[in-house]
Amino acid sequence: MSTRTEAPEAPAPRKIGESRGDRLRRVLSSRVATFAAILIAALWTIPTFGLFVSSLRPEDDIRASGWWTVFTNPQFTLETYNYVLYSDSQGGGLIRNLINTVVITIPGVVIPVAFAAMAAYALSWIDFKGRNFLYIAIFALQVVPLQMALIPLLSFFSKGLHLGGLTIMPAWELEGVQTIVQVWIAHSIFGLPLAIFLLHNFMRELPGDVMEAARIDGASHSQIFRKVVLPLVTPAIASIAIFQFLWVWNDFLVGRTFGGGEATRPLTAVLGDMAGTWGFGWTRLPAAAFVAIIVPLVVFLLLQRYFVRGLLAGSVKG
Amino acid sequence: MNISDLTDRFGLLAVGLIAFAVILLALYGLAELASRNNRGRWVAAVFLSPAIIFLLVGLVYPAIRTITMSFFSGDGSEFVGMENYAWAVTDPDALQTLINTALWIIVVPALSTVCGLVYAVLVDGRRGERIYKALVFLPMGISFVGASIIWKFVYQYKSSGTQIGLLNQVMTWFGGSPVNWLNNSPMNNFLLMVVLVWIEVGFATVVLSAALKGVPNEIVEAARIDGATPTEIFWHVTVPSIRSAIIVVAVTVFIATLKLFDIVRAMTGGHHGTDVLAHNMWDQAFRLGNDGRGATMAVLLFALVIPVVIYQVRNMRRQELEGR
Repeated sequence: MSTRTEAPEAPAPRKIGESRGDRLRRVLSSRVATFAAILIAALWTIPTFGLFVSSLRPEDDIRASGWWTVFTNPQFTLETYNYVLYSDSQGGGLIRNLINTVVITIPGVVIPVAFAAMAAYALSWIDFKGRNFLYIAIFALQVVPLQMALIPLLSFFSKGLHLGGLTIMPAWELEGVQTIVQVWIAHSIFGLPLAIFLLHNFMRELPGDVMEAARIDGASHSQIFRKVVLPLVTPAIASIAIFQFLWVWNDFLVGRTFGGGEATRPLTAVLGDMAGTWGFGWTRLPAAAFVAIIVPLVVFLLLQRYFVRGLLAGSVKG
Repeated sequence: MNISDLTDRFGLLAVGLIAFAVILLALYGLAELASRNNRGRWVAAVFLSPAIIFLLVGLVYPAIRTITMSFFSGDGSEFVGMENYAWAVTDPDALQTLINTALWIIVVPALSTVCGLVYAVLVDGRRGERIYKALVFLPMGISFVGASIIWKFVYQYKSSGTQIGLLNQVMTWFGGSPVNWLNNSPMNNFLLMVVLVWIEVGFATVVLSAALKGVPNEIVEAARIDGATPTEIFWHVTVPSIRSAIIVVAVTVFIATLKLFDIVRAMTGGHHGTDVLAHNMWDQAFRLGNDGRGATMAVLLFALVIPVVIYQVRNMRRQELEGR
């Protein structure tokens, strides 16, 4: 806590009533704190930086020497990126998986956020019996591991839903690229509880008299939702959308399980398998990984403010 | 890549988005109809129906189904009672998985929270605080798979010649000999945990740092005037004031750790004694085709989060009551 009031590198003036030894200790502890902070920051940054450097090095160099040797022997190429994105040979053509990721992510964000906003509005501003119970149930679902749902949900898509001999829902029979629909739905389901919870937190905080005034003016619930509530919670929706975006883009488990086929695999699924086997072509992993990392990283850096806001709303209050 | 790859995928995207827009419009139309009759119940039903259908079909029903499946044989044809559970606690590999999971859920939340707290305190009020925090927060934006690849290169081992993994290079710089880190059990478990801690510390820092800013300065000042040392202030003023934030961080990381799948999958594939519950579940069900055992692993996972669910719900109900 001593760092709170002291500028770290200022020649700390002696405080009133402070002995020479106390001052020395104070300066030292502030130096140690600075060193520790820099050390941690470095430890957290160097591994990513190393991979980035590797992704730009020629393959033979990667095989022969560590990435830190570029400082003495700088040699860079974009060839690996070119290969992993566009080559038709093994370990290439990731552009298709990148497109899969994009095609999975957009509905994977839009659908749950839109449905969650509607649900959150009903749960916070419409009076009906069983509202509290429903909210608590959804809140509790947040924590249920999605592993509990994987096997039955997958069979729901491939075999349909049957009760005894009765077919409630036939098999979906999706083929090739169409299988992506499964991934959309799976992501929407798994993203809903958290999105509803967060949006409910934000919506509940809206001033009741604004709602009341709109009611008196004769606005219906769906009008209030669209014209009053949605504009007021836009920042919150942005936070949740970023959350969900990062989750879907970075997801491996859902994409691999529901869209693991050759035509539909998202980037992370390919990368996860590549890393798992570490076979032929491991030297191309850094570039391949960076293709996947760069988009969420840029989004994350640019929109960190919204992300943090959502994080704090979800964790500190809950 | 050819042009049909593009049109197939973006065509599907367009169709999907249009279909979704139509569904939304239909729902708003229904809500409008219900509003006109001023039936709050019906409006609520319309607003909630998509979420409820999704959650029932996609989470509630599957969870129940998974529980029943755990009492059936691998292909689901035969009722086997507790056999899968007996397997989970007697089979050496399954047992190893359980022990590893226990290690993970103790070490990772504890380490992430402590590191996050220490770092948050270290950088609090420091010049460049935002940059310090951003650097540690950055891994939060990287996927678990991406992080695994990053760290796999750090841990990389070559049996001969120059080492190209940073960790082994550091080992040799200090006169040691290179180690095949990821094949060495039980150490490899901790090296895998490092990856998750590396990701979660940023989360812990951001939440705890925000909580630190909320500690009233007057209390700290009062303690200082009363002659408390910085250490005493930290333990007796700061930590109690941010207690709830610390619990939230630990619980959140605990859940994330329990569900961890990607890092094990991408780094070791669960080999060399590194398997954990969530990964073993997937392996059993989708690679080895044993739904019964996979379901059993999922149920064990679920059993471990039940205390958290109860705790959270009670917490929330208390807050609701206080709020009123």
